[in-house]
Amino acid sequence: MTDQSVSSEAPPLIQAASWRDYLRLLKPRVMSLVVFTALTGLLCARTPMNPILAAVAILCIAVGAGASGALNMWYDADIDALMRRTRGRPIPAGRVQGADALAMGVTLSMFSVAMMGLAINWLAAGLLAFTIVFYAVVYTMWLKRRTPQNIVIGGLAGALPPLVGWAAASGTAPLNAWLLVAIVFFWTPPHFWALSLYTTEDYARAGVPMMPVVRGAASTRRQILAYSVILAPLGLAPAFTGLGGALYLAVAACGGLLMLVLAARLALSDAGDGAGRRIDDGALYAVTPSSKPARNLFAFSILYLFSLFAALLIERVAGFAPLDLLR
Amino acid sequence: MSDPKNEGPGAARSRRGRNIALALALALFVIIVFVVTIVRLGANAAAPPL
Repeated sequence: MTDQSVSSEAPPLIQAASWRDYLRLLKPRVMSLVVFTALTGLLCARTPMNPILAAVAILCIAVGAGASGALNMWYDADIDALMRRTRGRPIPAGRVQGADALAMGVTLSMFSVAMMGLAINWLAAGLLAFTIVFYAVVYTMWLKRRTPQNIVIGGLAGALPPLVGWAAASGTAPLNAWLLVAIVFFWTPPHFWALSLYTTEDYARAGVPMMPVVRGAASTRRQILAYSVILAPLGLAPAFTGLGGALYLAVAACGGLLMLVLAARLALSDAGDGAGRRIDDGALYAVTPSSKPARNLFAFSILYLFSLFAALLIERVAGFAPLDLLR
Repeated sequence: MSDPKNEGPGAARSRRGRNIALALALALFVIIVFVVTIVRLGANAAAPPL
């Protein structure tokens, strides 16, 4: 946080906040992904659970994720104001005071963790608390403005919800739950670095040391390919460990292959190398023709992760047997 | 915070919306605590921990 944003007097609000502005502080889109992966972890645990308690566990995870989002928006309000993607958020837009977001984040964090502990179990509560602190403190306050490895290490916070869901259902954290964490963890760098390749100017203006800003586009493209080479086989692993079935194997094989192809095309391109003729196709960020491979990989990475977890979810709900190919 | 006595109709509408949302959230919290208590009590009554 810059000195300017830590002034004792809060800037006046430009307009009154509606309840939707407070909802936006919780980052509903991120929250929906967290709920989806946590629900998959909860169901994959294959432990009978009262549906009401299961719903409460998912609610606690959603609220915890939202709380960490509010804390992130409070701390990052100064750099959010400088970036096109984030300048419309409630605090930089002058609709919500930073102190209100801080209070909301802290309160919801405590309520979600306490409720998870009292209603479900304390392993899940501990993991949820760790996730919130890791995102709000380790990633937001420490890593984000200091190192180009910010989203690599900080990605652990986004990767943990399936483990929290699994722990909520079973009270344990076995290897298969960590496998889901590993998939999201290794998915994060290709996803965010692909985005940052065509939003580099924004990050540079805000002083955020994203990989393309610090090491350049060529190095970022190579690292995206390296992480994708790890991710694609890792995505297949659940079919070998008694977690995924035939549907999952097919989705992971096709998706992983396509992910590799797109990452290779990106590595061979000159995406992010410099400003060229810009295409304005209505997207938030106009991209140069050479940066299209970056946007293609970014878009597909979302579909890829969604497909993997959706396949696991469908198999579990439909009662398909896992493959367990190692046995 | 603006003074509620001097705020315009837009700000008053926003304040009312926020208050209703907060009331609903609090009511939901109370209901959740009640239901969770009943579920946990019921489970323990059916199979008392040794």
